[in-house]
Amino acid sequence: MTDGPIMSMTDVTLAFGPKVIQSDISLSVKRGSIFAVMGGSGCGKSTLLKSMIGLLRPSRGSFHVGRDDYWAGTDAERTEINHRFGVLFQSGALWSSMTVGENVALPLQMFTKLDARAIQRLVELKLALVGLSDAINLTPSEISGGMRKRAGLARALALDPDILFFDEPSAGLDPITSARLDDLILNLRDGLGATIVIVSHELPSLFSIADDGIFLDAITKRPIAHGSPRALRDHSTDPQVRAFMNRQRNEEGQAS
Amino acid sequence: MVLTETKASAGSAEIDASPQWEVVSEGNTACLVLTGVWLGQNTALPVFSGDALLHAGSFDNVTCNAADVTRWDTGLIGFLWDVRRWCDREGREFEAHALPHPMQQLLDLLPDRQAPTAPMKGTRHSFLERVGIKSIATLAEIGTIAELAGHTARACYQAIFRRGGLRSSDLFSDLFNAGPSALLIVGVVNFLIGAILAFVGAVQLQKFAAGIYVASLVGIATVREMAPVMTAIIMAGRTGGAYAARISTMQGNEEIDALKVFGISVSSYLILPAVLSLVITMPFLYLYGCLIGMLGGYIVAISMLDITSLGYFHQTVIAFGISQFIFGFIKSLVFGAFIGLTSCRIGLRAGRSAADVGIAATRAVVIGIVGVIALDAIFAIIANSIGI
Repeated sequence: MTDGPIMSMTDVTLAFGPKVIQSDISLSVKRGSIFAVMGGSGCGKSTLLKSMIGLLRPSRGSFHVGRDDYWAGTDAERTEINHRFGVLFQSGALWSSMTVGENVALPLQMFTKLDARAIQRLVELKLALVGLSDAINLTPSEISGGMRKRAGLARALALDPDILFFDEPSAGLDPITSARLDDLILNLRDGLGATIVIVSHELPSLFSIADDGIFLDAITKRPIAHGSPRALRDHSTDPQVRAFMNRQRNEEGQAS
Repeated sequence: MVLTETKASAGSAEIDASPQWEVVSEGNTACLVLTGVWLGQNTALPVFSGDALLHAGSFDNVTCNAADVTRWDTGLIGFLWDVRRWCDREGREFEAHALPHPMQQLLDLLPDRQAPTAPMKGTRHSFLERVGIKSIATLAEIGTIAELAGHTARACYQAIFRRGGLRSSDLFSDLFNAGPSALLIVGVVNFLIGAILAFVGAVQLQKFAAGIYVASLVGIATVREMAPVMTAIIMAGRTGGAYAARISTMQGNEEIDALKVFGISVSSYLILPAVLSLVITMPFLYLYGCLIGMLGGYIVAISMLDITSLGYFHQTVIAFGISQFIFGFIKSLVFGAFIGLTSCRIGLRAGRSAADVGIAATRAVVIGIVGVIALDAIFAIIANSIGI
């Protein structure tokens, strides 16, 4: 097992055509860590996630997964790397014409040589892991938003990925479900040894689980802080980062 | 950390370390010793069976020793889950504490018993029952559409006399989509239909030296049947499908729910502009279709037969009376209302997923076309009985 970062970006600029979203992003994600991408609304968090999972090619800079230069390889090589990724999209992004079980089964059918029985067993297991054993034959339109998210997670886990990406995992979930999801994420990290990248502005959740991170700024369009959310909250000297973290804390204080 | 580093390297070197398990009996405890590489993605893992355990002798406790497992993924957890559930069923104690911590953590997430397998969806019905169910559903659907038509008519009345409900910008955009934007396709199709009729007629009528009657043939066929039906079929495919897709997408985005919560009437906000625009444009498209169809017939007749433009025009004028036109006009009004109402209704009852949008659009087109032809048959009977 190598000790280098499982994923790293060097001087990456992300842009849609002439419109620059973020520039000079350098980061490295340690194996087995939970890495948070933070920042206010519209600062490009989800765009950064998109570039990490290969949906958006950076206009400048390099992106490595392990030792492989992601964008230097061929399409086939990129697909190979993508098999190590599991992505939970913001709304679950389940394929609506299939049942929940079929959603989880599809990647297994496409990318493994397992027979139908073995796939069925794995599907049952993944759904049981996220607490959705009962929903295997339901379609996405028949289940709630929180269940859809968990089903999306079961699908992301289908190929036992090395790196799991979460886009706003607790958005739209109640505090208890959201806390359960946090526990689940920690369990998956500890149990499977997976590396986890989370895009979120749900600070309580980030403080409790993330151990490294990057803070993006919408105005200067570049990262303004690196480190774990807890450390940024307590020790950051950047007024903007402090304001972001502390305002949330004040609101929390008022709410409770 | 136990889990795989890169799955790509999991091939050659460790292929011989296949996943295995055996039972070691230690007094009152049966210990499952697991060895090898347990990667469920690469190979089919061994399936746990309780018989092997029972052969090992009598015991109350079951433990697992996974110290010699070199690499594993959730496939191994699935195996351990099977063992635990077997123990629960057989009344044995499953002790997980000997397992490495990560395995225990994942095992703890899993429920104790398997979910009861969900019953198959839908029950079987006999042929008669199915016919009955379908008939009742169809009648109920016709009732719903009639109710919707009533609501829409009331919304129309309110929009005219009490102001409110209907947004003129919506109506104009729908009118434009159903009217001017459709001129080209309606023109092309009707022109070709008229030309084809003239071709077929000319070949036959020429044999009897009755070429001039091509004008009557094209005129009557276009005014009575071809122009209203073809125009309605085009509009069912073009505009009806679009309405159904639009409304079912709004359904999926909870836009319809939002309208209802605000108390905005779906009939007046969504359905009225759609139906009204079709009811307004269809008669005009029908007249336009008639003219273009006759033009198509005229061009073919002039080029194939020995008749003059004036002769063709005269024959066309005396071929049908104004009542034929009025009849076609009424037909196209009814077709317009039918297509608008059914496609909106299909959009409203659609499900909320992307697949449902496709189903709704398809259904709107199919029901629109079949319905238009069925209505046309009813009109033919009525015309026959009142002698038009």
